Amino acid sequence: MANRPAGAPPREGDELDGFRLGPRIHLGGMAAIHRLVGPKGPLPLVIKIPRLGIGEPASNVISFEVERMVLGVLSGRQVPRLICTGDVETRPYLVMEYVEGPPLEDWAVRAPLPPHEVARLGAAVASSLYELHKQDVVHLDVKPANVLMRPDGTAVLIDFGLAHHSRFPDLLAEEFRMPVGNWPYMAPEQILGVRCDPRSDVYALGVILYELTTGRLPFGMPTSMRRLRQRLSRDPVPPRALVPDTPEWLQEVTLRCLEVQAANRYASAAQIAFDLSHHDQVVISERGRRLRGAGWAVRLRRWLWAAGYEPGPCPPASVQVNVAPIVLVAIATTHTDEAVFEALREATRRLIAAENQCRIACVTVTAPEPALGAERIEDAATSVHIRHLVQLRHWAKPLQLPEERLTFHVIESSAPAAALIEYAKANQVDQILIGAPPPRGLTPWRGSVASQVMAEASCSVTVVRPRAGTESPVE
Amino acid sequence: MKLALLADIHSNLEALSACLEHAQAQGAQRFAFLGDLVGYGADPGAVIDLIAQHAERGAVVVLGNHDAAVLGRPIDPMTASAQAAIDWTRTRLTARQRAFLDALPLLVREDDCVFVHASAHGPEQWDYITGEVQAQASMRAAKATYVFCGHVHKQVLYYIGAGGRPIPFEPVPGSPIPIGRHRRWLAIVGSAGQPRDGNPDACYALADLERARMTFFRVAYDYAAAAKKIRAAGLPERLAWRLEHGE
Repeated sequence: MANRPAGAPPREGDELDGFRLGPRIHLGGMAAIHRLVGPKGPLPLVIKIPRLGIGEPASNVISFEVERMVLGVLSGRQVPRLICTGDVETRPYLVMEYVEGPPLEDWAVRAPLPPHEVARLGAAVASSLYELHKQDVVHLDVKPANVLMRPDGTAVLIDFGLAHHSRFPDLLAEEFRMPVGNWPYMAPEQILGVRCDPRSDVYALGVILYELTTGRLPFGMPTSMRRLRQRLSRDPVPPRALVPDTPEWLQEVTLRCLEVQAANRYASAAQIAFDLSHHDQVVISERGRRLRGAGWAVRLRRWLWAAGYEPGPCPPASVQVNVAPIVLVAIATTHTDEAVFEALREATRRLIAAENQCRIACVTVTAPEPALGAERIEDAATSVHIRHLVQLRHWAKPLQLPEERLTFHVIESSAPAAALIEYAKANQVDQILIGAPPPRGLTPWRGSVASQVMAEASCSVTVVRPRAGTESPVE
Repeated sequence: MKLALLADIHSNLEALSACLEHAQAQGAQRFAFLGDLVGYGADPGAVIDLIAQHAERGAVVVLGNHDAAVLGRPIDPMTASAQAAIDWTRTRLTARQRAFLDALPLLVREDDCVFVHASAHGPEQWDYITGEVQAQASMRAAKATYVFCGHVHKQVLYYIGAGGRPIPFEPVPGSPIPIGRHRRWLAIVGSAGQPRDGNPDACYALADLERARMTFFRVAYDYAAAAKKIRAAGLPERLAWRLEHGE
């Protein structure tokens, strides 16, 4: 590469610090991406080389720096693994894992998609965003082209050139007079210059859900600032007005992501993943049912808000999503123990008081139905399921929590601890509350459930015990 | 090589010892003391002796305004409690300790780094870097990739954005920050001996210039002992109270 003029785009067959470039797989405004054909290693790799030199915007090098900084500290399967980087001044490049799997764009062009497919894709993107936010990163450029779907269904977020990491200086702050990001997917506060709110990614996910559901963008493709600012006051046309078959739960989730005020959106992407995975539990408000947007009075109020808007200070992203934890309360409805139930309720009340945006998932595990079917009608699978569901609701009633913060789940499994652990992992649960086994251990399986959950869960586990003297008498 | 940066020690032996110990545990091989070794606190002699030992082993040490005041050099008037501590400090120093202070430079330049107590723009004027304008002046005058300073008792990292203006960043303690050599940086490392942001923990920073990384730290230390010594010495009560409250 050294024998060609500086700034000349790299070509297949070029060699760079020992890496041999294969075919180009992407050429964007900011960078070119090539597969690497050498040296051979265990992981297929790509090299990303920013477009620098005469005629290229200075922001390209800053974006390169930002991406290098942010990818360098991120971990997990929801981002490509960064292998090594070149020097910013002399030879900027990023060598990273080649992610197997098509971009979400391949689905977007086929939209409108069936609701269950929108939910599956949306939940995958939401889970990956949550993992980012927990690591103090806001992506700020979430769009179908920047999401790759691994064959196992994991959504991989790519292109961190506009990202914000709350523990690093924001090199992009104040650099651009025009809002930075992809306009059709950009959140209202991002338009106003805020670069540190994880809920901006929640908004972009809302745009993706809308696009996959309806085949349209909620605010089109604005080309002027005036058109771009429309979303500060207007509502998008509700998906159900465009695709009448859209279920209310999907519209509810989508429009909640697209709320103008970040505070009215989901507080954490984990809650979106949860709702999209358990759509029967989504509480439908006016949002889910509406067939038209807000009237002029609401729009005027929003317009006035936007006109006087001043961005505030940025708390770290991980702090912001931690105020909205998902708490799993394991309620053993198969072994009714009022004292333990009350102790669990008391512990849940304390949590609700401290974390005013937390969600409570009430979960019980029941034994699987015998293979040959039940002999008595009341033991048939559905009636067993309903009986436990009723008990869960009965347990939660005294908490007086709004419906949208409570969900109920009856899991069928012969290995209750493993089922709870798996459920917690799949749903980004932040904390598990579980009853302690009785002191003299008369029901041995339950003792092992609490201890196994404590030992193996990937989140915090609180074992709740009734105060001495309040235990139910041992029979 | 890791370079530990400590400023505004202010005769606080407990804070200084805790920061040095912490830095050594982090693998610091070199030290820079960015002025105001004395003033406010009750251990001026011991603090100077400890820093002088480091200076013999190659540490960078620069003069601060409180050090200059103790030497009787002309500086702007101070608050009554600060002045009382200066007057008291004068009576406690040996000739050797005084001579050590007297020999300190206002600014040290090494490779692409400048070490100064207040601002590289007229170091003897003791300007406070309280915003973009002052940061810009210091960075321009320094003509260096990195400016390390103290004087303002709060940890801030200024960096030059593409717009050419310095932008302040409030570091998260313990989180390493990439400080690329192709940009210019001004780091205010915070006060080891008299933090003023409501948190009594001592401040210092660690720079790894080969890897272009810097980490700001807060270190818990026995501020109760330091405050007790201030009271025992008959210094103004407010100076003891400040250590206990970090104000």
